[in-house]
Amino acid sequence: MNTEKIQHTKNQKPKTKFLTLSGLEPLVVTPDSNFINVGERTNVTGSRKFLRLIKEEKFDEALEVARHQVEGGAQIIDVNMDEGMLDGVEAMTTFLNLIASEPDIARVPIMIDSSKWEIIEAGLQVVQGKCVVNSISLKEGEEEFIRQAKLIKRYGAAVIVMAFDEDGQADNYERRIEICERSYNILVNQVGFPAQDIIFDPNIFPVATGMEEHRKNAVDFFKATQWIRENLPHANVSGGVSNVSFSFRGNNTVREAMHSSFLYHAINHGMNMGIVNPAMLEVYDDIPKDLLEHVEDVLLDRRDDATERLLDFAEKVKGNKKGGDEKVLEWRNGELQDRITHSLVKGIDAFIVEDVETARQEVDKPIQVIEGHLMKGMNVVGDLFGSGKMFLPQVVKSARVMKKAVAYLQPFIEEEKDSDAQSAGKILMATVKGDVHDIGKNIVSVVLGCNNYEIVDLGVMVPPEKIIEVAKKENVDVIGLSGLITPSLDEMVYLSKEMERNNFEVPLLIGGATTSRAHTAVKIAPNYSHSVVHVNDASRAVTVVGDLLQENNTTYKQQIREEYDVFREKFLNRTKKKEYISIEAARANKFQIEWSSASIKKPNELGIQVLEDFDLSILKDYIDWTPFFRSWDLHGKYPAILQDEVVGEQARDLFQDAQVMLKDVLTNQKLKGKAVFGLFEANSVNDDDIEVQLSSRAQSRDLRFLTLRQQLKKRSGVPNYALADFVAPKEDGLQDYMGCFCVTAGFGTQALAEAFEKENDDYSSIMIKAIADRLAEAFAEYLHEQVRTKHWGYATSEALTNEELISEVYKGIRPAPGYPACPDHLEKDTIWELLKVEENIGVKLTESKAMWPAAGVSGYYFGNEKATYFGLGKIKQDQLEDYAVRRNISVEEATKWLNPNLADG
Amino acid sequence: MNPIYKEIQKRILVLDGAMGTMLQQYDFTEEDFRGERFKDFPISVKGNNDLLSLTQPEAIKAVHKKYLEAGADIIETNTFSGTTIAMADYQMEDLVYELNYESAKLAKEVVEEFNLKTPNKKRFVAGSIGPTNRTASLSPDVNRPEFRAVTFNELKTAYKQQVEALIDGGADILLVETIFDTLNAKAALFAIEEVKEERKIDIPIMVSGTITDASGRTLSGQTVEAFLISVSHIPLLSVGFNCALGAEQLHPYLKRLSRETPFYTSAHPNAGLPNAFGEYDQTPQEMQALIEAYLQDGLINIIGGCCGTNPEHIKAIAEVAEKYEPRILVDG
Repeated sequence: MNTEKIQHTKNQKPKTKFLTLSGLEPLVVTPDSNFINVGERTNVTGSRKFLRLIKEEKFDEALEVARHQVEGGAQIIDVNMDEGMLDGVEAMTTFLNLIASEPDIARVPIMIDSSKWEIIEAGLQVVQGKCVVNSISLKEGEEEFIRQAKLIKRYGAAVIVMAFDEDGQADNYERRIEICERSYNILVNQVGFPAQDIIFDPNIFPVATGMEEHRKNAVDFFKATQWIRENLPHANVSGGVSNVSFSFRGNNTVREAMHSSFLYHAINHGMNMGIVNPAMLEVYDDIPKDLLEHVEDVLLDRRDDATERLLDFAEKVKGNKKGGDEKVLEWRNGELQDRITHSLVKGIDAFIVEDVETARQEVDKPIQVIEGHLMKGMNVVGDLFGSGKMFLPQVVKSARVMKKAVAYLQPFIEEEKDSDAQSAGKILMATVKGDVHDIGKNIVSVVLGCNNYEIVDLGVMVPPEKIIEVAKKENVDVIGLSGLITPSLDEMVYLSKEMERNNFEVPLLIGGATTSRAHTAVKIAPNYSHSVVHVNDASRAVTVVGDLLQENNTTYKQQIREEYDVFREKFLNRTKKKEYISIEAARANKFQIEWSSASIKKPNELGIQVLEDFDLSILKDYIDWTPFFRSWDLHGKYPAILQDEVVGEQARDLFQDAQVMLKDVLTNQKLKGKAVFGLFEANSVNDDDIEVQLSSRAQSRDLRFLTLRQQLKKRSGVPNYALADFVAPKEDGLQDYMGCFCVTAGFGTQALAEAFEKENDDYSSIMIKAIADRLAEAFAEYLHEQVRTKHWGYATSEALTNEELISEVYKGIRPAPGYPACPDHLEKDTIWELLKVEENIGVKLTESKAMWPAAGVSGYYFGNEKATYFGLGKIKQDQLEDYAVRRNISVEEATKWLNPNLADG
Repeated sequence: MNPIYKEIQKRILVLDGAMGTMLQQYDFTEEDFRGERFKDFPISVKGNNDLLSLTQPEAIKAVHKKYLEAGADIIETNTFSGTTIAMADYQMEDLVYELNYESAKLAKEVVEEFNLKTPNKKRFVAGSIGPTNRTASLSPDVNRPEFRAVTFNELKTAYKQQVEALIDGGADILLVETIFDTLNAKAALFAIEEVKEERKIDIPIMVSGTITDASGRTLSGQTVEAFLISVSHIPLLSVGFNCALGAEQLHPYLKRLSRETPFYTSAHPNAGLPNAFGEYDQTPQEMQALIEAYLQDGLINIIGGCCGTNPEHIKAIAEVAEKYEPRILVDG
């Protein structure tokens, strides 16, 4: 094993044994935690209201009860469905499933409360978080206790264990600790239940019942609690607090004081969790001193007459309780739009109808509430979701509130319609095959439905054949596809092709979380000749569909199409995020040629040659006409362009005129061709430079060509080219060669062009320049051929047609500075110096290194058969700096010359 | 005791990369998917990658081999959708046992071949148990929040069958992965516990959740900590995260996970986030750098790749994993 591995820092919490529970969020009960408050109102045995709501299946209101508990500070909610008239399994399953869809409630852990095992198990099967089972005990014997405990462990829940055994409920201190200890040992030692997941309920019984044996009920509970916490490691203690005040039903003042006081003492003894109604709790310090004294006399069993004294006192304080007004929710005081947005964001449907009604009265048409108020709210939801501040189950809730609002508005919208009004159009909506997500699709459906469109909703996971089939059968006006997962993108592409194949003409809408304008424009729109629109929010869907289905929609459709075409082009042109490698790495990955003296041909004629008064008519057959047409903005390849349907006629006219002018130029020798070229001994040095060896001549120093190297990261096996790679390295000791040249056909062009311009004949002026350019190019091609076959002579047997010349099938290359393989214009200075271009043929370089006359070509000759054209692409700062040093210029100046080829960053 | 407990203390173990991404390169046609055996199958089976274990076993083996060559210590069986629930799409529920059994066997054969060559470096087969295509705690119908398309018991039964077949086929580990609904995972864990009890065996379990969006929660809405608490009732070899996010986005969640869990940790992120076309274009080098950041923080015991990763990614990950000590469990 490698001993020099890098050590890491520890970043973990020490393993500890705390009770951990979870809803959508964690609940960890540590010694530092405050008392854990279990909400008790969602219990049919304890709340008549809740029982009624469940019996009448008023689940919305029942959920409000739960929400109220959580908002009121309950950290766990106890759910109990033990009632003779209820199907407990069914009721538990349904209610817990409903809670799971309410993130505001589901964020806290659930306590599954039942005396029936089958109800407990039903609850355990529908809750994703770690919940608490309330409760099990030794009541039915050890075997059943162990069986249930094992299953609870396997379901991943904590458990409340009642102090109850085969002989009954523990009602004194000794029985309490005896049963708890026995239960603990079985759970920890036999079942392997985590001790921290055990919560004992040592039974809270009523005090002040008038019965002697109940006097110590509270005190025994406190003592047992303390014993458990001290003797049963990691176990917790809980209890149902309201039991203690059972004798004072109807007297809330006393009950609240008693609950507070009981809790105060129980917590001090180690109870860390309890079922309490926060609305039935007085703040301990706010309990009037006299009441507190009477209450604690009872709880702590401080006087023999404590019960009587409290009962008397209770009569006095009965009923002088402050009015229990529902606290008005603060957000209800906000502006109408804020209230609606709040309801949508929080998923609260209690007030939405009321608010929507208010909104409806403020607008001209009910539909405006949907398009205005509600969509504004949904946009907030969308933004929050997009930024990670809401998560999916919350968004589902928002969608439900939206739906409720829309359902309320629907009749008003119907009423508005003329009785014989037609549906605005029929829209097929579907989540594509393989995908089950439909929230977005549903929202769009609802909104469109509200706007008078008839929706044919095929649901989720809809196979393409079905979409096609239904679309045909129902004769729909629009097809809307939705999807959330990435494979859905391919389904949509497939469907667009199917629509084309089936000769559909209706617009296709694309939406859903993974879809994008880019994907729609690039991958979907090109498959379908009719409208394809990416719509990612419901509010836009209405406008888009409206525009698509209006009567004179050709312009709109055209617009969309063009918009997407432009977008697509831009997208495709946008350089993909590219990766670059360092110049060292690029040099290490240079193009490798196996150099040998056999592969190197020494030029027949070394040195510089000048061609003066060259007969340009030789070049006629060397002209590549395609760029000529391009310079006139006619696109197509010569000679096919002459027969082109669209531009053919124009091309023919142009070609005709060009031929006339060319003939005139050539026969009357109106333009002059000159050239200078040279072939030299040369070797590459330092990877990227080419040293031209002139020492044998009377030159004072050798000249160097500086080449640039590709830095884009290549696939393995693909080299990073530089022109220097085509010349043998000096260190190999093999003498290699290269050449360079400058040709011009431009002398005389200027005078001719000016003459035409004087006669206001711009056409001819442009024509002569275009022809001069073609001649210069042809000259370069011709000269290259001469060099290959004669002057250098490495391709003596070459016999190529003009087409072959143009398509560069010959060996060797003649790249030109300023072009892709060598974007560095400064190289021209070196060529000029080496060939004495200006002295020999009079072609000058301007300040920006352009040739004058313009119709000229200059470049290098590389003769190796492996030499190939390539594009340099972008280079990085490291090469730029290296280049500046080699060129002996500042980095700023180098940046100026190479700017278009510098990669960002 | 399973030798993996020994190996995981010694070094950071490398899990393999995506199977699907690799299979795409074969460009299998409907006929290839069907093979001779299913040539007359009534519905299209193209896209049923698990089926390739039966019809193109050599391709599956070749992928396993490539990952092992790249340095993977653990390879996953080609059984991500190997439950009756997920196979219902292809009407291939009856094949579930065979698919899992054969897939595990294929993987085991390849692993044993490698183990023979280097007896000092043991490699393992993890039986891949995917989330199925249904959610036990979310309603697929927005208007019926109480509705569930699948129940706990249905999931448990389906998972149990998969688990039995994977073990029979030779899986050394069970990997419950890409968990977007914790309740599904709990059903899988329940099933595994039943099998363990019935057969009186122990088998290491890896659990890997999925953080689906920018909220940092699972699809079913749980935070990292809540998820962790909800799956920690069973003794696990490791707990971690995979899929949905790239290595960069996953980092903060792994920190939280590593801080909280008493188990070993795992991560197999995607090769970045998908681009607009659903393709993953993070390079092995980019991913390696992001993974190295995990290792510098000491967050990881098992590291691999999910969607979009290939043997080059795994090779790059294995290279960097070798340089670091594994995360150490804090003793209680």
